[in-house]
Parts: sequence; C-alpha cells; structure tokens
Amino acid sequence: MLENILKEYPRQEDYLIEVLLEYQKQKADRHIGEDEIRRIAEYLGVTESKVWSVITFYTFFSTRPRGENIIQICKDVPCYLNDGNTVQRTLEQLLGVQVGETTKNQKFTLEHTSCLGHCDGAPAIRINDKTYTNLSVDKLKAIISEYRGNT
Amino acid sequence: MLEHKLLTERIDRINPLSIDDYLQAGGYEMLKKAIGMERIAIIEEIEKSKLRGRGGAAFPAHIKLMGIAKEEETVRYVVCNADEGEPGNFKDRYLMEHDPHQMIEGMVIAAYATRATKGYIYLRGEYDTAHSILSWTLDEARKHNYLGENILGSGFDFDIEIRSGAGSYVCGEEFALIESIEGKPGRTRVKPPFPTQVGLYGKPTLINNVETFSNFPHILRMGGEAFADIGTDSSSGTKLVSLSGNVANPGVYEVPFGVPIRDVIEKLGGGTADGRKIKMVQLGGASGPIIPEYMLDLTIDFDRFENFDSKTGAGAIIVMDERVDVFDVLKRIGEFFEHESCGKCTPCREGNLQLLKLVERFVERRASEKDLLNIETLSRVMHQTSLCGLGQSAPTAIFSTLQYFRDHYIDVIEHPQS
Repeated sequence: MLENILKEYPRQEDYLIEVLLEYQKQKADRHIGEDEIRRIAEYLGVTESKVWSVITFYTFFSTRPRGENIIQICKDVPCYLNDGNTVQRTLEQLLGVQVGETTKNQKFTLEHTSCLGHCDGAPAIRINDKTYTNLSVDKLKAIISEYRGNT
Repeated sequence: MLEHKLLTERIDRINPLSIDDYLQAGGYEMLKKAIGMERIAIIEEIEKSKLRGRGGAAFPAHIKLMGIAKEEETVRYVVCNADEGEPGNFKDRYLMEHDPHQMIEGMVIAAYATRATKGYIYLRGEYDTAHSILSWTLDEARKHNYLGENILGSGFDFDIEIRSGAGSYVCGEEFALIESIEGKPGRTRVKPPFPTQVGLYGKPTLINNVETFSNFPHILRMGGEAFADIGTDSSSGTKLVSLSGNVANPGVYEVPFGVPIRDVIEKLGGGTADGRKIKMVQLGGASGPIIPEYMLDLTIDFDRFENFDSKTGAGAIIVMDERVDVFDVLKRIGEFFEHESCGKCTPCREGNLQLLKLVERFVERRASEKDLLNIETLSRVMHQTSLCGLGQSAPTAIFSTLQYFRDHYIDVIEHPQS
C-alpha cells in the first residue's frame, strides 16, 4: 500500500506531509511505523530524522498503533461553554477508555484536539475525516452505535 | 441595516459546487477586468480601498502586493492562508464551503497583479469538507481557463495547489506556514527578511487570508474609493464575525466596520440563549482580550482594538454568561497555547507551561500574592520577547483579565481554599 501511495507523489521533500497524511489515513491502525519511515525518507530523499521530526511535530501523526476510528474531542473555550465536559464523560463511558487510550478491540482511539472551527455548532467532535456538531448524549450514543455497526 | 453583505451576498443564492451559478452572479468578471488593466493600476485600486488584512494582523494589503511586484526575482508565489485554527473562528471555513470561487478569483487577480507563477492554498487538516469543495472548485476553474496556461488568452500562466495542515495552530503564522508547505515542522523564522522578500522556497511570496483574497474582486467591481467608504476611516469594508459561546444564534455575520459589539451579540445573535446576563466576551479568539459586559459598546475597528495592545484578530466574538468562571476559561486558553507552541523560542515554550501552572493555582484557589506578581511579570516577558505572534499574544487574555477582572484574582488570594 505504501508503494502505491508513494508513486502518486513526486520525489520532492515538500510532499512529506501530504504522503504521511495519505498513508496514515489508509492504514487500519492509523500510525506510521519505523520501517515505513525509512522507506518514505528514502523515496523523498530526506533523512529519517527529518521524517521523525515532522511526525512528532504535528498532532495528526502517530508512531504508535491506534484504533480504526480516531475520535477527537474539542477542548477549547466555545465548546467548553456549550458543554462543560459532558461530551468527554459520555464518550469515555460509552467506550470504556480514557482520552489518550484505545479500546481493546482496536476500534476506537479517544483523543483531544484544539478547536475544530465549528464553534457555531458547539460542542463538536471529529471522527476520522468527519465532524459532528451540536452534540447531545443521545446523539453521541447514536453516532458511536453507527460506527460500531459499520466497522 | 446592521448587516452589510458583500462577501456573503451570493451565499445561499448559489450552489457552491456550480461554476455556472458563480458566473451568472457575475463571477470571474473582475478577473477579466483585471487582465485588461495595467498591473500597477490593480495595486493602486487596492491601495485606494485601504483594505487591511483579515487574518488578524491588519496589515495594509497594497503594501504586500507592491512588495512582491517590485522584486527582481521572477519566480514568485501567492499563498492563501486557510489555516483558520484560532479557537472561536470559523468564518473562513464558511467562505470556502459556500462561495469558494470568490477566493480563487481574488487569488488569481493578486497573482496577475504581482506576476506570480504559482499559488498554494494552505488548508488546515481539520477542514475536510472545504478540502473536497476546493479541489472540485480548482478543477472547474481550470476547465474554464481561469487557471492554468494562458489564462483567458492573456499569456499569463498560473495554477493553484492545495496543501494540507496536520493539526498545528502555529502554522497559521506566515513563516511557520511556509515551513509547513516546504514539508517541515511548522517553526517560524526570524524576520526580516519578510515573506514578500524571501518566502516560500526562498522566493518572494504574497500571503493573505481567505477573507482578504475574497475582498479583491469586490474592490475592482466597486472601485477602491467606493469600497473605502464602507466602514470607518481606519478600517474600510466589512468584517465577517464568527459569533459563538453562550449566544442564541451563533454563526457568521458580515457587518461594516464601526458596528458596536453589543449590536452583533444582541441584534444578530439574539443575545444569550436563556436570557442570562453576559459576564464577559473574548474578542478575536484565544489570543484576544476578554472584556467585561459594560465595554460592549466598543465598535469593531482595527484601531480601537489596538488600545488593548492586541489586534482585532480574525473577528471572533465569544460570549460568556454569568455562570462562567474567569479562571476556568484562562486555563483552557493556557492549555491551548501550551500545546500549540512550536518550541523554538524559550519565552513561548517555557512561558506558556509556567503560565498554565500559575493559572491552575487560581483555578484551585490556592494562589498567593507572589503568584499574581509572577503572572504579571511572565506575561510581560512573553509578550515582549517571543519570536512570533503566538507567544506574543498568548498572554493577552491574562492582561485583559488582570485589568478588568482584577477583583477575581484578589478574591482568590484573600480567600484561599482551606
């Protein structure tokens, strides 16, 4: 899979972030491992340490395996004002994990995120590449149930 | 009329995915007009309009344009900063999702005026919907030859590529953004030289916000002088305001500069959702000042906001009602900056961490007079010595609450948690 992604991009170092984003998106456990880092560095003609520095700088990237679905909870002021911590509490209860952890069945990882830019629909979360707004406890239950059914 | 719909005028009248809708509403006519003009005349029109950047720093738009136009280097870039990551801001997302061609037209006009060779949209990684819409929009524009080679037979070549962010607020800072497009961690550079001189890949680069580019077609259509008549003397045109928090109708509202903040909250936003009293409002976003209710008659204007030693920001208004605790809010703001600091310079990297610890002592009501003194000193040092806007403006909310809510700090010191 990595090779298929790499050949879509020119061998230029400025495509590093695009390559990492695309690869991590397609990979089931949502992380970039050591061997892949080596291969990406080689393909783009950059050092491995450069790839590491980019991966560890940006919040989206992980060097450790995560769940199939990454749930990001916004923790900034507009969401806080419209929610307190209900969204986080509800998700932690539903999934049986704390923020920063992955469920045993590897289906969900719960994370925090900075503002998602959907403050007019606060509180908001993002699951993979979809943002959900105006959340209530019932709505969260329905969303999680749908992801459980589909995956 | 409180609202003045210029940039948002077509929204809800057109299908954002339809270039035909945009064309029927007069779209790309101003690009055609620009191509018939002398390049310098386009920049002069922007100068007459007195347009100032809408991304937060309010820099006069024509100075940047002229800065690039006068360079001798022939490879030049135009970059749209669509890395809207300041908590409380969502107006750029609104523009990109609802009228994406407007911004593209503005970018091509700017590129033509400055003889730029290539454009980039640096879009924050969280804006998935905007990414799909913009990809489609760029394809449509290419098909109609508003992008690509020999645009509309003018001999001018220009195309735009989207580059994604990956979850980093500091990449909205222009040099961090440039580093990120180059595939590096988003750490800022020392200025000068400025991006207009040595920017992306070392070449002259024009960087503007989504809303700034979206204004360009309107300035050419109306003429710079007519545009300058909207708003106030120091701030021409309209401002898109992102209204959120404890408010009945949160959303994006476009108003002329000079409108009182209170009117936006009460007349457009419908006041607080449940009729509670407003306690305070944060302006601009996480890096903006927090002001008490009695100051809401302040008008939206670049110069007025500068009295806070802070810029208008990108135009967010975050409303907080009487239930909200000052220190709970400061803690969240502190956590945000502690996480988002790029770590390059010490005042920001260490300062935000220590500032957060001090704020937490106030949240827990176990702060001393010395903690208050340390907060004030540290905030000043960070503001004066940080390398970029992130560290410089991280303590803005603290400065303003020290000024307007000082009694809250004193109360904690005098009545500690036993």
